[in-house]
Amino acid sequence: MKRILYTFLIGCFATVSVDAKVIKVGKSRNVKSVQKAIDLSQNGDTIIVDPGIYKEKNIIIQKSVTLKGINYPVLDGENKHAIISIKASNATVEGFKLQHTGRSEIRDLGAIMIYDSYKITALNNILEDSNFGIYVQNSKRCTIKDNSITAYGKDEVQSGNGIHCWRSDSLVIIGNKIKGHRDGLYFEFVKNSLIWRNVSTRNVRYGIHFMFSNRNTYVSNVFEHNEAGVAVMYSKNIHMYNNHFLNNWGDAAYGILLKDITDSDISGNHFTKNTVGLHMEGCSRIKLYKNIFSSNGWAVKIQASCDNNDFTRNNFIGNTFDIGTNGSLVLNKFTGNYWDKYEGYDLSKDNTGDVSYHPVSMYSMIIDSNPAALMLFRSLIVSLLDKTEKILPGVTPENLKDNKPVMRQIPL
Amino acid sequence: MKKILKYVIVDIVQNKIVLIYTFLLLLIALSVFNLESNSAKGLLSLLNIILILVPLISIIFSTIYIYNSSEFIELLVSQPVKRKSIWLSLFGGLASSLSLAFFIGAGIPILLYHADATGITMILTGLFLTVVFVSIAMLAAGITRDKAKGIGLSILLWLYFSLIFDALVLFFLFQFQDYPLERAMVFFSFLNPIDLGRIQILLQMDISALMGYTGAIFREFFGNYIGVSLSFLGLLIWIVVPLMWSLKKFSKKDL
Repeated sequence: MKRILYTFLIGCFATVSVDAKVIKVGKSRNVKSVQKAIDLSQNGDTIIVDPGIYKEKNIIIQKSVTLKGINYPVLDGENKHAIISIKASNATVEGFKLQHTGRSEIRDLGAIMIYDSYKITALNNILEDSNFGIYVQNSKRCTIKDNSITAYGKDEVQSGNGIHCWRSDSLVIIGNKIKGHRDGLYFEFVKNSLIWRNVSTRNVRYGIHFMFSNRNTYVSNVFEHNEAGVAVMYSKNIHMYNNHFLNNWGDAAYGILLKDITDSDISGNHFTKNTVGLHMEGCSRIKLYKNIFSSNGWAVKIQASCDNNDFTRNNFIGNTFDIGTNGSLVLNKFTGNYWDKYEGYDLSKDNTGDVSYHPVSMYSMIIDSNPAALMLFRSLIVSLLDKTEKILPGVTPENLKDNKPVMRQIPL
Repeated sequence: MKKILKYVIVDIVQNKIVLIYTFLLLLIALSVFNLESNSAKGLLSLLNIILILVPLISIIFSTIYIYNSSEFIELLVSQPVKRKSIWLSLFGGLASSLSLAFFIGAGIPILLYHADATGITMILTGLFLTVVFVSIAMLAAGITRDKAKGIGLSILLWLYFSLIFDALVLFFLFQFQDYPLERAMVFFSFLNPIDLGRIQILLQMDISALMGYTGAIFREFFGNYIGVSLSFLGLLIWIVVPLMWSLKKFSKKDL
């Protein structure tokens, strides 16, 4: 017993006593290139890089090292190469400016490429003019935090994604600013991850795009001015809280498009000034509560293929159309929402309207089956038709209604 | 001709109905802008009022005015004045005084609260609609001598342009919904001055994205200078054609 204890103590001491080295890299130091420092290092070492421009083709990290930049030293890919490739565990890349990655039709080239790795951290880097920004493939427990990722993508084919994750698990993506890529954030087969406080704007396609990515949580992200908004597909157990979907205005732009999303929670989000705030297709069992839909063309477009979705206590303010749908089948519930277009009364003064509200206007049904009818937008005949339909529903789905509309805006 | 024009303008400007119309427009415009939380919304509410009220007042007031001044017209015809100049000065007087009323009533509040491209398009559209419906009123009054018939006709025309035409378009759309009608819609919009004005303003308001493919085609057509000038040209044709037609009727009319 005693021997075991001694061995354990000695073992502990031994690990502490093997001092992690610090290797300094700079133009005026012994080690002049980052790659050479990595080659010299051992697991647990720290490499500190002085300011300057380093053109080193593709830096490869296969050890558990920490790479730190002082005052953002520039790693340049000369428009030909990927900049850093990592295939390790417990490695960190912090405080660099990575610029001008290559572009390739065959391989995905990016600024920080992480393959088959474990516990990699990319912290506080600036990425400029990258094809792919940070590329995570088949990795676990990686942290991508506070990076600023900017590209100047012109079309979908030519540019890559800001943060691209494929077949990964337990990622933490926090506080990144992504701009001008194809998709700001892209996930495919990513599980159990947290996406928190990221800002994804002015991307060529989507602010965030994911599919087959289950059990992820999205909190307080901002998706603004993306060419096509946000689209997410084929996933289960998605949690989205307090995100902002803003100003996605265009012929095919959605605040968020949900396709085949099931068993999810969407709450406290703001959908503002989108052509379509929330588009749902083939979605089931999603709970949507305490969201704010304001100044959208359509607040919600819900296809008849959706079922068992619950809209509770949401605010609908100043939207041109509150709800649009494409059929008479209604398998979703709307309860206790605030609709600014509600014209009913509340005799019992319990803040709940006494007559139910039909959020689908006749005209929105007409447009859905016959888009050319938009020529009559805001004409007298349309307002007359809408008014008659409100009194005597004939065309609009009778069951799509809120039986307990709230009289005053819900404070959220 | 100048003298007649001046006389007509002075006569109409003093008219109580026109004063009330101006005042009413001013009241509506100011209250709409003050009630709504932002001026863009106010502009949208004002749009509906302008598209309904302005044509209605213009057409009915003008028709009644022409019938009421039939004795004055007869008197003028007995003088050595061309019929053409009598009719045109009547038109000019009506159009300019009603336009002035619109400009004071709606134009000035718009300029005060929302003086951008949208606001200016709105004012221009309102002015054009005023003149178009004065011109249509001249036609209605020129066709028949009977006052009741003439006023009935002008009300019917107003109803047609603001309601029935759109209903027909809707009917047509559903009858032919299997065909691509987007481009046909651009053509249809030229057949109704109110629609033309409405689409012009809505496109300015950046609502076109809402309109999907149809909107894209409308924007492609109306979104550039050629489109805008074409649509104002369309409105101009809506002024000139009824006026010329009525002039032809009037010059051959047995008074």
